[in-house]
Amino acid sequence: MTTAERTGTPSSAVEAPVLEVRDLSVAFRTEGGTVSAVDRVSLDLAPGEIVGMVGESGCGKSVTAMSIAGLLPGSARVTGSVRLQGTELVGTRESVLRRVRGKEIAYIFQEPMTSLNPVLTVGRQIGEVLQVHERMSGRAARARAVELLSLVGIPSAATRVDNYPHQLSGGMRQRVMIAMAVACGPKVLVADEPTTALDVTVQAGILQVLRDLRDRLGTSILIITHDLGVIADVADRVVVMYAGRVVERAPVTDLFAFPYHQYTAGLLSASPTPGVHAGTQRLQEIPGLVPVLSTQPDACTFADRCPAADARCREAAPPLEAVRPAINDHVAACWHPCPAPRTHVEEATA
Amino acid sequence: MARYLITRAWQSALTLLLSTIVVFLGVRALPGDPALALAGEDRSPEALEAIRHHYGLDQPLPLQFVRYVGRAAQGDFGESIRTGIPVSSMLTTALPVTVELAILAILLAAALGVGAGVLAAVRRGHPAEWLANGLALVGLSVPHFWLALLAILYLSVATGLFPASGFVPLLDNPVDNLHHLILPAVILGTGLAAIIMRQTRSAMLDSLSSDYVRTAKAKGLRPRAVITHHALRNSLIVVVTIVGLQLGGLISGAVVTEQIFGLPGFGKMTIDAVFQRDYPVIQAVVLLTATAYIVINFLVDLLYSVIDPRIRVTGDPA
Repeated sequence: MTTAERTGTPSSAVEAPVLEVRDLSVAFRTEGGTVSAVDRVSLDLAPGEIVGMVGESGCGKSVTAMSIAGLLPGSARVTGSVRLQGTELVGTRESVLRRVRGKEIAYIFQEPMTSLNPVLTVGRQIGEVLQVHERMSGRAARARAVELLSLVGIPSAATRVDNYPHQLSGGMRQRVMIAMAVACGPKVLVADEPTTALDVTVQAGILQVLRDLRDRLGTSILIITHDLGVIADVADRVVVMYAGRVVERAPVTDLFAFPYHQYTAGLLSASPTPGVHAGTQRLQEIPGLVPVLSTQPDACTFADRCPAADARCREAAPPLEAVRPAINDHVAACWHPCPAPRTHVEEATA
Repeated sequence: MARYLITRAWQSALTLLLSTIVVFLGVRALPGDPALALAGEDRSPEALEAIRHHYGLDQPLPLQFVRYVGRAAQGDFGESIRTGIPVSSMLTTALPVTVELAILAILLAAALGVGAGVLAAVRRGHPAEWLANGLALVGLSVPHFWLALLAILYLSVATGLFPASGFVPLLDNPVDNLHHLILPAVILGTGLAAIIMRQTRSAMLDSLSSDYVRTAKAKGLRPRAVITHHALRNSLIVVVTIVGLQLGGLISGAVVTEQIFGLPGFGKMTIDAVFQRDYPVIQAVVLLTATAYIVINFLVDLLYSVIDPRIRVTGDPA
């Protein structure tokens, strides 16, 4: 077992990662004291890789995403390290972060209607990024905005560029958000629930656009979702978060085939699988709610909802380690992992 | 957009007609017979009849109304009962004073109110916010006339910085004109500035926590660009509404302010006319005020559609 596997540091990326997140913790100062939202999260994003981050609402996915480019409000205390091609971003001055935001790291948000400014044309909103980061003239920025709109699959982009957000459909708006995000050719695209507010058919289109961008521009994408279907569709690797911590990290096929952490297994059996759940089997829900992290720093945060939990789980937080038998950079933090299926063991020992 | 304009123009015209009827009937519903007031010493039935005939008061009300509207449309509001001067020529001297005063007050109030409101929202929890909130409270609570008296006492009489009363037409001497109007405009604008400040502040707080402001930050825009291009632009929709609603208050405020500063404007003319029971003047003044109100509302609606594209397209003033 290598050091990386033992310490739980991701090491799958063959190339040097574009984005390295190490032990990122976020706490918020509130009137009732400090509340921890993210606890020592680590993940890597290789060039051109799509990493999915999955978990229930309130597990710290979005906070993690926002903290990457320093977008959290002043009440947030961020510690740990976020390196973009070796450059540290945590604790960096705002003026430096502003040059990173929109140019190196771009964001797509969940609700495209409210995330776009209702009183500005989409062309103006896309052009704005180019004017700020590429010092383009208004006219050049507008022309580029038209190109970008066609790039993300908006028909008759030359007229759409003068539309206001309310004149576009939900899927179109999200495409506009994507066009805006990729305007400066960012190295990293953070997509926070990009398809949650959209119809299923529109979802597929948006995911296709993201895949295309990765293939064509080599953009690395961190996609945050609570929808395992989205993960299965686009992600290369998956990070499972629970109550502010990473509980499992694996290549996407491994995770779906051999969930190791009890929470991951619960999450998978709570999602319908075509064929299996067709009228024969009920979906399994995970009882209880995601706890507030600050209440149990020295325990497995999932213990209260876990079918396999015992005294040990409530006394010590399990470390994030390589699963045994070790395979494909698959790490998890669980004292009582799900029994690995035989095929898994056979593959690993073969 | 054209359809929206036509609809709004039609609505305005209808409102104007209704207010004309109300003014016309209102004046006639006042106790007292104008003929009696005009007749003076000679109260013989023949003299009264002659006066009624001269002013058309012996004719049926609908006919009187049609004649009145017909003349008013041509700018003929009759003559002042007291002085015999045509009301229209009184208006041409008085109106510019009030219009200038009001515009100046609005500009000052908007600049001060929007500026302080943005500052209070952006510097939330800092002393700047408390100061802005405190000033707004003072601006709202202190009566205009008292503030005006204080200003005259300390800024005019004691220090001589500003003239205490009087007016110089804009075209005669612009500098002197401004010198005379600035103090009344500030006094008249304080209440409006306070209201604008509070509205701007709360609208800005809303905008600043919105998703599109988060998007703007994520694009790497400077805080100033985020505030002015994104947050303020959206907040102005609310502010414009409030300003539009408050302009009526500004007109009545002008009456008091003009009286105190001795400005020969619309407000002073109104007060004089009321005290002298000068019906044709009152009628013209009330009608003109109503018209101003309607026109301002129309302009505010137009301004909306400039600020908010959603109104432009749907044709529906949300």
